[in-house]
Amino acid sequence: MGFYVAQLLTGLANASSLFLIACGLSIIFGVTRIVNFAHGSFYMVGAYLAYTIVTTLDGGIFGFWFGVVVAAVIVGLLGLLVEVTILRRIYHAPELFQLVATFGVVLIIQDAALAIWGAEDLLGPRAPGLDRAVRIMGEPIPEYDLALILIGPLVLAGIWLVFHRTRWGVLVRAATQDREMVGALGVNQAWLFSAAFVLGAALAGLGGALQIPREAVSLQMDLSVIGDAFVVVVIGGMGSVAGAFVAAVLISVLNAFAILIFPQISIVLPFIVMAIVLIVRPYGLFGKEGSEHGAPSEPEQPLRLLSSRATIVVMALVFALAASPAVVSDFTTILLVDVMVATLFAVSLHFMMGLGGMVSFGHAAYFGVGAYAAAMAVKFAGLPMIPAMLIGPLGAAAAALFFGWFCVRLSGVYLAMLTLAAAQILWGVTFQWQDFTGGDDGILGVWPAKWASSDRVYFYIAFVLCVGGIWFLRRVAHSPFGYGLRGIRDSDVRAEAIGMDVKFHQWMGFALAGGFAGLAGVVFAFSKGSVFPDVLGIGQSVDGLIMVLLGGIHALAGPIFGAGVFVLIEDWVSRLDYWRFIFGAIILVVVLLAPDGVAGGVDRLLRAVGLRREERA
Amino acid sequence: MNVLEVRGLTKSFGGLVAVEDVSFDLAAGEFLALIGPNGAGKTTCFNMVNGYLRPDRGSVELEGRELIGIKPRRIVRMGVGRTFQITRTFLSMTVLENVQMALISHHRRMYDIFSRATRLYRDEAMALLELVSMQEQAGRACSELAYGDLKRLELAIALAPDPALLLMDEPTAGMAPSERVALMELTAQIVAERGVSVLFTEHDMDVVFAHAHRILVLNRGALIAEGTGDEIRENALVQEVYLGGGTVFAAAEARDA
Repeated sequence: MGFYVAQLLTGLANASSLFLIACGLSIIFGVTRIVNFAHGSFYMVGAYLAYTIVTTLDGGIFGFWFGVVVAAVIVGLLGLLVEVTILRRIYHAPELFQLVATFGVVLIIQDAALAIWGAEDLLGPRAPGLDRAVRIMGEPIPEYDLALILIGPLVLAGIWLVFHRTRWGVLVRAATQDREMVGALGVNQAWLFSAAFVLGAALAGLGGALQIPREAVSLQMDLSVIGDAFVVVVIGGMGSVAGAFVAAVLISVLNAFAILIFPQISIVLPFIVMAIVLIVRPYGLFGKEGSEHGAPSEPEQPLRLLSSRATIVVMALVFALAASPAVVSDFTTILLVDVMVATLFAVSLHFMMGLGGMVSFGHAAYFGVGAYAAAMAVKFAGLPMIPAMLIGPLGAAAAALFFGWFCVRLSGVYLAMLTLAAAQILWGVTFQWQDFTGGDDGILGVWPAKWASSDRVYFYIAFVLCVGGIWFLRRVAHSPFGYGLRGIRDSDVRAEAIGMDVKFHQWMGFALAGGFAGLAGVVFAFSKGSVFPDVLGIGQSVDGLIMVLLGGIHALAGPIFGAGVFVLIEDWVSRLDYWRFIFGAIILVVVLLAPDGVAGGVDRLLRAVGLRREERA
Repeated sequence: MNVLEVRGLTKSFGGLVAVEDVSFDLAAGEFLALIGPNGAGKTTCFNMVNGYLRPDRGSVELEGRELIGIKPRRIVRMGVGRTFQITRTFLSMTVLENVQMALISHHRRMYDIFSRATRLYRDEAMALLELVSMQEQAGRACSELAYGDLKRLELAIALAPDPALLLMDEPTAGMAPSERVALMELTAQIVAERGVSVLFTEHDMDVVFAHAHRILVLNRGALIAEGTGDEIRENALVQEVYLGGGTVFAAAEARDA
């Protein structure tokens, strides 16, 4: 019995820290409608700052708590800096922009932290006065855990008081419900948004600072916590602080007991819970309908077919690509395969996100399933290359059919979060199912057939599959099916009113996009000769989002530009020290200066120098 | 023969009875108006007929076939077109493409992934646009149309599958007075030519009395009157509902005194 109580108390202590970070995320989303990827970075910086201040002061009980609070305040100021310099400019941009911009901040903070605190994990001091364990029903419970269990509800009560007893709090709640109305009543929105962002960031910093007696401070803290924080916010209902608390307790306590039965489950459990909650309650436990969408975006222009001259240019480029292995070095040939794989992946993501309006934070799942399905077909079934290349996309499409069935029942941010959950579940399974997937060691020895083993021959295989796939998806974009997807994105009510089966149509679009992501994964697997769990990771999904954004989401050519630019920049930058910093800065520059992406930027440049005629009025 | 037969339609939201025991018929070729003050239950009534809302009780039959429990998209396929109070169109497409989409869906080619959508049913779509005098604007992006033009486009979209029944929810809401009359004249003329039956809700009494063959008056969820324009004008109960039967003024006077 005592053992179970101890497990429960550990769960509750974890819940408190999870709540602190998640409630800040929820407040920020509720008011500004920004999905803040950088929230994990605030948490990490809070921990680092607290470590530095507490160890420098070395001032006993007072020094420890003073350090924690000061760390939270400084993180709040950091949040203010980020809000004023970056986010304030993109409140009216589509969700994707905001997400990618905050991811740029993640990269920059990661390298800044590396430069300041170094790559070593830092072991924090224990909290003075709370450094022992007490025995409860015979089990030792750290005193600090008990303090945390108290701090969570105290912060919740504090936020409740601020939200219900102060004018500012009432305005925040009002803005969460209806931002435009609050603006119309003459409230200075910019100030309100900044304040909400500072509060959210400071709470994340507090969460991180309170963590230092419990775990080592490391550079991996940011991305390891952000997944769980998203889950908690979504389960609770975006924008609901009380919901975040309930969800944090639910997840942490479930986790504390689930690991007793099945120790490997902790990586995927939160995502499984989120998937179940979203299927039963599409807006989370305390969320309201309509809370799922970010800022409304400008309608895009109708699709036009390429002019005959543009077609000639495209054909010429394709022929140049086809002829390139004869001229360029083997190294460049391999790089070009990477570009083609990335382009097909980005085009498939754009197909579902740009045309279908279904933003996916987990598109890597299908890329990865394609790669793994092919690799396993070779490794375990001993199949030759060609059949394995067929199995990959089919496997990915099957996975997309399965997860898509759930995802298309949601929309906006909730849909994006469920795609993320799906990807994390698949990643967790791949990572932990050692016997079957090789776990962290991956699957090695996935080489092309003998006749295709030279770089040049494989280049042509990749060329046929990727360029063919891209051509096919573009063709579908102009077909009734692709137009239907765009129609649903524009107005699902209208789509239903002309007799379309909206959910089924989206489901099929999801599966098609997944299948082609899988094809990209297959080409990738055979070109590298191995697959590892990161092919389904958040990093790969975000890479895809960045490619689509770099290229511009409103143009069919966008992802093609974007993927090419991305791979070339990555190839160049990743050889440098602090490449994350540079890459993050590039992302921010693109987001702030060319919000319509490279395709849009090129377009505007051509107009500015008079090379392109304006559309007739 | 009746195109639509509605019997005992009832719907409550929580404790509020929005529509109670409403029954009416719609004859073939008839232009039937459903009017009533704000909150009378017009839109609720409407959404039950077109399948967006499931009634607690009652039946809606289209040419003898029950519509209750059938999904809106199937009801469309059974020959019921509709327009929206606030226009809903595919803003990222041109005017012509919007009509083409309705035709593609009607001909069940939505899952075609090989044809070019813009080349399908072009002539038919053009003919529909001519019907509502929108042919000049066929190539324009829908997002740059004036509101009145969007309303006419919606009419063309609704007529694309050649429906037997057209449901129009506040067809002239948000339009300038002169445009309203023009749109309803156009609608009345098309309806007469094609033999479509129409059920519409409306706030503008000029529109209602000028075009409706028959009028239903709804108040607090119940049908209180039914008849031609003249009959409705003379109806004491309707006058009371619309102009106030003295109870409101009496109360106000009592308070002021």
